[in-house]
Amino acid sequence: MKNFSNNYTFIFSTIMVVVVALLLSLAAMQLKPFQDKNIEVEKKQNILASIRIKSTVKNAVDLYSKYITDSYVINNKGEKQEGVAFDVDLKKELGKPASERVLPVFIGTLDNKTMAYVMPLRGKGLWGPIWGYISLQPDLNTVYGAIFDHQGETPGLGAEISTEWFQKPFFGKKIFKDSTEFVSVKVLKGGAKKDDPHAVDAISGGTITSKALEAMLDSCLVQYKPYFIKNRHQ
Amino acid sequence: MSIFTSKNFKLLSNPLNLENPVTVQILGICSALAVTTKLKPAIVMGLSVMVVTAFSNLVISAMRNTIPPRIRIIVQLVVVASMVILVDQLLRAFVYDVSKQLSVYVGLIITNCIIMGRLEAFAMGNKPWPSFIDGIGNGIGYALILIVVAFIRELFGSGAILGYQVVPQSFYDAGYINNGMMIMPTMALVLVGVIIWIQRSFNKELIEKD
Repeated sequence: MKNFSNNYTFIFSTIMVVVVALLLSLAAMQLKPFQDKNIEVEKKQNILASIRIKSTVKNAVDLYSKYITDSYVINNKGEKQEGVAFDVDLKKELGKPASERVLPVFIGTLDNKTMAYVMPLRGKGLWGPIWGYISLQPDLNTVYGAIFDHQGETPGLGAEISTEWFQKPFFGKKIFKDSTEFVSVKVLKGGAKKDDPHAVDAISGGTITSKALEAMLDSCLVQYKPYFIKNRHQ
Repeated sequence: MSIFTSKNFKLLSNPLNLENPVTVQILGICSALAVTTKLKPAIVMGLSVMVVTAFSNLVISAMRNTIPPRIRIIVQLVVVASMVILVDQLLRAFVYDVSKQLSVYVGLIITNCIIMGRLEAFAMGNKPWPSFIDGIGNGIGYALILIVVAFIRELFGSGAILGYQVVPQSFYDAGYINNGMMIMPTMALVLVGVIIWIQRSFNKELIEKD
């Protein structure tokens, strides 16, 4: 084996690091637009799914501009704020004190001309973050649609929150009791009563994720309470 | 320099069977368990590993006479890591859904023992072209096992192949249910074990004498 001097080793590693850094940053910059586009399309697909509109990667952008007719951001008193709803990073907002947060609202107009109000959700699951979108009917009380997703919940158990059989029972549930008391939607272990308007079944074996989802619904939606009360159409 | 001398062909074919990185050298097991619930991520993972082993073998072999031995592991790691980052960025840009399913495991290709193993054992002492073929061979050997395991797991765990339903609805109506065990990593380990068993029953020279 050849012997290399210390100087050689230093110069070798310096050149290597510079070349690699240049290559990688070039690649990252070239690919960034494609990656951002993917993330944007995914978000649009999720928002559309929450108002029960199925979309593909190809038509998501068109369908989004067709169905999502308005969007704005509000504060936790229900007042409109400056800002673009689509660009709000909920993870960052939830890290701020409640009074400084901006909360996005997306408004969809369905084929039958009724409105659906979409709120983003984000919380902590068992293994990592869980998130989703929930849409309400114009009474801002009845759930119209919901979609949940996760980063790494247990396959077959907690991961079931992203499946249709778990999401469908949310449709038609009510988040207010007697139209004033905010109760959110509970996810009950052992099963919800059939006529309970405020609860759905939890996932057997996925109790922690189910509870986490319940907590996410409660903590994210309660921030919108003043907005809901102010803007509901009876 | 011909493209495929018989010696070079051996570099390509040996890792498929007698020197298979997964079933004989028992390398890269953790990712083999993690990404094989569905066939599509397994194929993409196999391809990614193949690209990374092949090109890092090529680069390291081309530089092998200039790398100071004292920092060779660091140099290897830098090369492997930058290849993996490139692959990860490309996946994110062009096959976003698959890159989401593979999540952290693409990044973990860096720690895949097959790659460092091939760099140390082969690329540091051989010319670039044979090293490149060796990398491709080992990548295919790894991908092959992943694909076999993922095929079985997706077929019995989800009743589908590549996302297409192949178990007919009438089976489900008759009481057939998907095997939930197949989705858990444990079954991947059992399947790899079964593959090793079958392989050794055909290749007696692989059986250890005690």
